[in-house]
Amino acid sequence: MEPTNTGHPDYFHKVVDCQWACPAHTDVPEYIRLIAQGRFTDAYLVNRKSNVFPGILGRVCDRPCEPACRRTRVEEKPVAICRLKRVAADQRDDVTPLLPKVPQLKNGKRIACVGAGCASLTVANDLLPLGYEITMFEQWGQAGGLMRTNIPSFRLPAQVLNEEIAMIVDRGVDLQLGARIESMQKLLSDGGFDAVFVGTGAPKGKELDLPGRKEGTANIHVGIDWLESLAFGHVDSIGKRVLIIGVGNTAMDCCRSSLRLGAADVKVMARKPRQYFKASAWELEDAEEERVEIVVNHSPRRFVLENGRLTGMVFDVLEYELDAAGRITSERVLREEFIAADDVILAIGQENAFPWIERDLGIEFDVWDVPKVDVKTFQSTRAGVFFGGDSAFGPKNIIWAVEHGHQAAISIHNHCQGKALDVRLAPGVNLQSRKMGMHEWSYANDYNPAERRLMPHVSLKERFKKIDIEVELGFTAEQVVAEVQRCLNCDVQTVFAAKLCIECDACIDICPVDCLTMTPNGTETELRGRLKAPATNLTQALYVSEPLKFTQRVMVKDEDLCVHCGLCAERCPTAAWDMQKSTIQWPHAVDGTEADQKAQPRVA
Amino acid sequence: MTFLAKPKVRHPSLPKNSLGLTRRDYEGSMSTLCAGCGHDSITAAVIEACWGLALEPQNLVKLSGIGCSSKTTAYFVGGGHGFNSVHGRMPSIAMGANAANRDLTYIGVSGDGDTLSIGLGQFCHAIRRNLNMLYIIENNGVYGLTKGQFSASADVGTQAKRGEVNRQPPIDPVLLALTLGAPFVARSFSGDKQQLVPLIQAGIRHRGFAMIDVLSPCVTFNDHEGSTKSYAYAREHYDPAVNADFVPFAREITADYSAGESLPIVMHDGSRIVLKKIAPDYDPTDRIAAMAKIQAGMRRQEFLTGMLYLGRGDREFHDLNEMPQTPLNAIPYGQLTPGSKGLDKILARFR
Repeated sequence: MEPTNTGHPDYFHKVVDCQWACPAHTDVPEYIRLIAQGRFTDAYLVNRKSNVFPGILGRVCDRPCEPACRRTRVEEKPVAICRLKRVAADQRDDVTPLLPKVPQLKNGKRIACVGAGCASLTVANDLLPLGYEITMFEQWGQAGGLMRTNIPSFRLPAQVLNEEIAMIVDRGVDLQLGARIESMQKLLSDGGFDAVFVGTGAPKGKELDLPGRKEGTANIHVGIDWLESLAFGHVDSIGKRVLIIGVGNTAMDCCRSSLRLGAADVKVMARKPRQYFKASAWELEDAEEERVEIVVNHSPRRFVLENGRLTGMVFDVLEYELDAAGRITSERVLREEFIAADDVILAIGQENAFPWIERDLGIEFDVWDVPKVDVKTFQSTRAGVFFGGDSAFGPKNIIWAVEHGHQAAISIHNHCQGKALDVRLAPGVNLQSRKMGMHEWSYANDYNPAERRLMPHVSLKERFKKIDIEVELGFTAEQVVAEVQRCLNCDVQTVFAAKLCIECDACIDICPVDCLTMTPNGTETELRGRLKAPATNLTQALYVSEPLKFTQRVMVKDEDLCVHCGLCAERCPTAAWDMQKSTIQWPHAVDGTEADQKAQPRVA
Repeated sequence: MTFLAKPKVRHPSLPKNSLGLTRRDYEGSMSTLCAGCGHDSITAAVIEACWGLALEPQNLVKLSGIGCSSKTTAYFVGGGHGFNSVHGRMPSIAMGANAANRDLTYIGVSGDGDTLSIGLGQFCHAIRRNLNMLYIIENNGVYGLTKGQFSASADVGTQAKRGEVNRQPPIDPVLLALTLGAPFVARSFSGDKQQLVPLIQAGIRHRGFAMIDVLSPCVTFNDHEGSTKSYAYAREHYDPAVNADFVPFAREITADYSAGESLPIVMHDGSRIVLKKIAPDYDPTDRIAAMAKIQAGMRRQEFLTGMLYLGRGDREFHDLNEMPQTPLNAIPYGQLTPGSKGLDKILARFR
């Protein structure tokens, strides 16, 4: 194998599994260390730089980082990354004076954001410091988009949402509430905007067109519409027996909201077995803790009405045959089953919808009637019109919408400056030694065997008293102290200098997870098989050194299981191994282009 | 050394031996030797060897004297029995322990100072008695613990860290052991575990005195230019003559050994050592020829390593003294001692 190019911005980025998995590439280990030091405000700002809404995401993020966490490879559970983010948000001081300054003098460019959800807000957040004038159009009376309408307040308190939205809006966004845009054509011709960003989400719940749907409509609700009505106080009750159709995260919010409105018997009806559920594991857990029954292998057949009133639903009870890999090979119907219900909520998915965009504006739509959007620049087929969040590529989640917003902001900036959209600053990496002394590193390098802390919840008795009692209490100080030490500091990299190595084997003997080997070079497949411990996780790279000076062997490190304890570097007599913090520079609009960077060197 | 103990976390797919133990279960406490010390590599090799043999930790006795080398026994097989003796007196302790319980496995770890200076007499007599043990010399040519003075194994012309040159001829433990009739004599290098681990395994299973002289560079006091025991010098003058492959009894020999190049030797417990000649004209079963080759190599500044001599059928201490098969400590006291009446009878014979 060729020697590894550690200067490539992706190489060490991939080692920081959480950061690599995060769509917005939040520097997770860095903020966890700041929390460990009690620097909550700094931890918050590290977060905010990439994910914009740490308080919101610290509660309701989809957490792609946690399944990726390296900790799961040496023990059962990942670091509670999301919950620690909340700690930073809850414990921080006022950050308004520390946010990037918005210039008084504007740059003369006006941007329209349609919708005031996370994608639009991110665009505004990125463009305000550059002197843009942002006008944001929101159909409802409050900003927040699906974060406000679709996430119940017992999971995300309004105060948290308001604060983080205000952090953006109050810095000079012209927010037009109750201003639903009915015509894109009108916006483009009359608005006088230099660019338009569409961040209207995926606001249309999928229908379930079965017999009885129309007749029973008074008691059959579309999940996201129902949640929206609930959020704005238009709904305050529901029947005693409620069926939720679908088992995604919206279904979880619907079932738990129903309980708070007085339902006593709530069943979530799933078509498939448990391993196929779309809902996040922790949301299922929380719902089941509240005694929601999850019924598998039931496929809805028809709504049943008596005297024009919904009395329940008939389901096909299914049986599946699975192959060895757990994939469904066939299904058959065992029988029909009637389940009584007073209300049914449909939570089987949502779509984006653009009735307000005329089809003759040069904005092309594909066969599924969604606009064609460039995956990198987020521009539609009409120059100056951009899409982001769920409205770009269908429903994802908040953290993806934020990253869409960041990328769209770069494109909008380029567009308004007359630069090509695809001339974008490449990501960078900066390495800095963490060595403080003989055996001292500026991070806690000892492996801490603590197990994941459990989030304390409001008691089952208390939590249903009001709709907006936040169930998760947040970590206690003791829990924070323990949880931060579970982070393996994957961003503090083992960096090897082959020319210093005397091949004494010290690092190889001390490595607790056997990830180092000195061996003759070979092809990757062959090398993976003959390391001290075979490197079977192909998603993780092998770090191969230059040839060593005495034997011409190479040092090979399997990045898979390294716990970044730094013992290789501590035991190395010649400092051939060093522990270096890799800082990934993930460009945002404020960083400009490569030409700007050269003209005005920035200090990291 | 590190300031942290090696954390307990381990590779989830670490293989287990027949006792269900992983390599990590054969580790000892945290090493306080210098970072990069050859001794730590030897420790790792002993751990690997003991794990590979599936030794029951409680059946292992680790013995040592004084010196950096003698700290090593604390760093492997934490579940074994350990004894740090007075400087150079490890063979006596080993002798006593072995006499009392012949069923245990004895590994002595000593250094060039502990063995070739203060303990030379003890070393010689352990060989003479053919004590059933593995005796590892961690040989670095200096007294590391007292800041790097030349030891008895320092070569003529080798330079100390401050520049002074050694003029006294070295005592070579390999030649000495051969002269004294040791049945198992090997030499290796801390930086070559592929060679060292099978040698240790063979030495543990060998019945009788097994000595491995391991060049183990002192990274602090003897790893500079001008030293003949530095990592760089060892790598340059490293010359494997005969490698040994240890084959436990249960395992079939599967590797293809070309005839004439390899020599399987069956040991008393049915396991085998397969000697693989690297130098074509070296005969590891001929003591006199081996001595000549080693001396000739030394004159050419070659550092011959591997299984340098392996004799057959030698009688160890217990055989020589016609001891019972049952360990002495398991024989009832009344049977073991003549009692006062018996003693009177014996004494009467001398009156």
